Amino acid sequence: MSQPVSETVSLLEGEANAPLLQIRDLEVGFETQRGIVPAVRGVDLTLYAGQTLAIVGESGSGKTTTAQAIIDLLPGTGKVTGGQILFEGRDLTKLSAREIQAVRGNDIGYVPQDPMSNLNPVWSIGFQVEEAIKANNIAQGKEARLRTIQVLKEAGLSDAADRLKQYPHQFSGGMRQRVLIGIGLSSRPKLLIADEPTSALDVTVQRTILDHLATLTRDYGTSVLFITHDLGLAAERAEQLVVMYKGKVVESGPSQEILANPKHPYTQRLVAAAPSLASRRIQSVKHQAPDEAEIFSEGSLDDALLARAAEREHAAPTKDLISVKNVSKMYRIRKQGFRHDELLAVNDVSFGVQKGTTTAIVGESGSGKSTVAKLILQLESITSGEIEFDGQDVAGLRGSELLKFRRRVQPVFQDPYGSLDPQYSVGNTIAEPLLAHKIGTAKEREARVRELLDQVSLPSATRFRYPSELSGGQRQRIAIARALALKPDVLVLDEAVSALDVLVQGQILNLLTELQTDLGLTYLFITHDLAVVRLVADNVCVMQKGRIVEAATTDEVFDNPKELYTQELLAAIPGGDFEFGR
Amino acid sequence: MLWYTGKRILQMIPVFFGATFLIYFMVFSLPGDPIAALYGDRPPAPGVIEIIRAEYNLDKPFIVQYFLYIAGLFQGDFGTTYSGRPVADVMAQAFPITFRLAMLALAFEAFAGILVGLIAGLRKGKLFDATALVVSLLLISVPTFVVGFVLQLIFGVQLGWARTTVSSAAPWGELILPALVLASVSFAYIVRLTRASVADNLNADFVRTATAKGLSRRRVVTVHVLRNSLVPVVTYLGVDLGSLMVGAIVTEGIFNINGVGGVVYRAVTLGEGPTVVSFIAVMVIIFVVANLLVDLLYAALDPRIRYAK
Repeated sequence: MSQPVSETVSLLEGEANAPLLQIRDLEVGFETQRGIVPAVRGVDLTLYAGQTLAIVGESGSGKTTTAQAIIDLLPGTGKVTGGQILFEGRDLTKLSAREIQAVRGNDIGYVPQDPMSNLNPVWSIGFQVEEAIKANNIAQGKEARLRTIQVLKEAGLSDAADRLKQYPHQFSGGMRQRVLIGIGLSSRPKLLIADEPTSALDVTVQRTILDHLATLTRDYGTSVLFITHDLGLAAERAEQLVVMYKGKVVESGPSQEILANPKHPYTQRLVAAAPSLASRRIQSVKHQAPDEAEIFSEGSLDDALLARAAEREHAAPTKDLISVKNVSKMYRIRKQGFRHDELLAVNDVSFGVQKGTTTAIVGESGSGKSTVAKLILQLESITSGEIEFDGQDVAGLRGSELLKFRRRVQPVFQDPYGSLDPQYSVGNTIAEPLLAHKIGTAKEREARVRELLDQVSLPSATRFRYPSELSGGQRQRIAIARALALKPDVLVLDEAVSALDVLVQGQILNLLTELQTDLGLTYLFITHDLAVVRLVADNVCVMQKGRIVEAATTDEVFDNPKELYTQELLAAIPGGDFEFGR
Repeated sequence: MLWYTGKRILQMIPVFFGATFLIYFMVFSLPGDPIAALYGDRPPAPGVIEIIRAEYNLDKPFIVQYFLYIAGLFQGDFGTTYSGRPVADVMAQAFPITFRLAMLALAFEAFAGILVGLIAGLRKGKLFDATALVVSLLLISVPTFVVGFVLQLIFGVQLGWARTTVSSAAPWGELILPALVLASVSFAYIVRLTRASVADNLNADFVRTATAKGLSRRRVVTVHVLRNSLVPVVTYLGVDLGSLMVGAIVTEGIFNINGVGGVVYRAVTLGEGPTVVSFIAVMVIIFVVANLLVDLLYAALDPRIRYAK
């Protein structure tokens, strides 16, 4: 295990520049009936005043647990079982409940991950900010109110004074995160722990928020401990990196250095799998000599993708399998009484999808991209326009015709936890579409389930297991197997890899490309992640506020974006400006 | 909010007519002749039954009976019992007693139930929690009359702290012990409901954030855990108010209280349509009003509901 570079620096500089936070050999475990299960196993890190340090790792790596241990926020039965957490020389693990309470908020601020669940829904925004200000004795009474407005304004809510009485559900995700940042910084803490502060947000919102956070912490001289699973984001936002894997620090040091020259195999895999980086390589391959391409195409992921990219170059254009013509969708939103508002979720959208290709629809949340998916799947009816599938208008389909259509167009949804029935075994889940369409005997169905599990690279014994026993990636494989059960022509993938860790995401994308080549599938890929788009899509439609603002081949959109909005989206990909090695 | 309340009050109209109609129909369909039953084994002089039947409109078709009853209702006439007493008198005597009993029970189960449930939820898995779970399970599974007789024996007979039976005026003090018995099952449910809700909310992200803000444990629990946990409890209390009024029959029987339960029970066995329907109609109104109050309280507790309307 490599020691943090900064520690040597501290030895040289001596007492004059003592670290703000120094974690030594920290061990955290969770008590279970079978004894203590370790989650963090001997973590060391050092953070100096004014510095930003990022802990990077996949879910389950212990990065969040490490952060929570600092201010004693460990959930449930978690507790520190060894090591020291020195904050300004004081060991936080030895403090009493009352003493740590004084440190929280005052000395160490905290910005949590999910803005949707981290504000209490039953108290107003103003109340929740003011509460923090009063608890830390920053101000009382009328002054506290003024200070609340000031804090929220600093966090980027310009109309704060008017919105104090509003409740969290009246705020968007980005605005709630601003509120949480405001709360975290309200007492001008010396250290701010930001646990995935923007991973639940759109990429453009993410950027504004992180920029703002960076400005604030620089102005106040606050040190930031940044927790993220996104290597690109970490590289862009932090000077120092700590890479965690299975509860241990596997690599640490200056960000640029680690990314340019990752030493530990796990870090190397992380760097290789980060889609924003990988896509860059594929692009370069296309314009480079084949022997140079060899250097880059070590992983199987790259191989498959490269092979496909080459194939596509030669593919001759055919007739559109799906053709969307001037489609609009209007929602009526009920207001007080009998009045209602009309919301044009999809506005005059037209595009075509050729057989065997992948078309990506990208946009922020609220851009109407998921609605387009629902319209094509016939889960919602279109207000005007026309959708043709294989030369047939799908809007008028009824009864057995509709059933036949559904058999050929299958969805895979974002949340691998929510889209599988926890009471159904994997085998039953995959066989369900077959049963619904009355295909085959019980024996044939079982054979098909085995075949499908094989296609998604899962052992056939998986069919006896239940969703709760499987990981996110395995569940998404099962969702894909279920979608493939009816041998469809088209898969509509609605944010199908967005909830997955970067390594798992790479595996699933690889699987999807393999399946596309083997089965001649057509994909409609709905996503907000442009990095993923570049990996898999042939064509891209960029949506904004219900309209398609730009539609072209993937290369054209990435190399030569015409619309300002597309350029903004591209610029917002974290880590896009970095040079990475392997 | 005003619009919403008005809408809910308007909704009470069909509920009122539907409920009274159904109950009237059910009482009408009961087998046996209520007037003949009044005379037992010795039949009265011929013609007497016909006269009585005419007096109570029992000779008319069901639908006419119902409308005559409703028409009377709107003139403030609840009808008369078969023994000749105005139903309004009976109600004026019985309802206040049952109301006092139900209120005492409701107050007990709400305060004690939420308090015990909160402590159990905060100390999940500890001794207090385990005891609360066992005791509440016991209260739920043992029938009310057993709890009633046991408490009557302990507090009424052996300790002599309370009267074993309640006098006909039924003052507040005498109703405390019956109220405890009446509330026992609901108390157990509220303990369990609050406990689960509190334990759930303790793990909520916003509670962790509140702790991270530097708030004291006490403030986190009272401000961020308790209020959020009360929403399901309040729903239960609202529904329970109705069943406390109706379900007091057993408790009233044990402590010999002249409340609503006993009157309705006797009226049903005698097939006295107007009495049964009048009592039930009032209960329906109490039930609907209680539900309205719950919904308003709901909105006060949870702004998401308030603004969705």
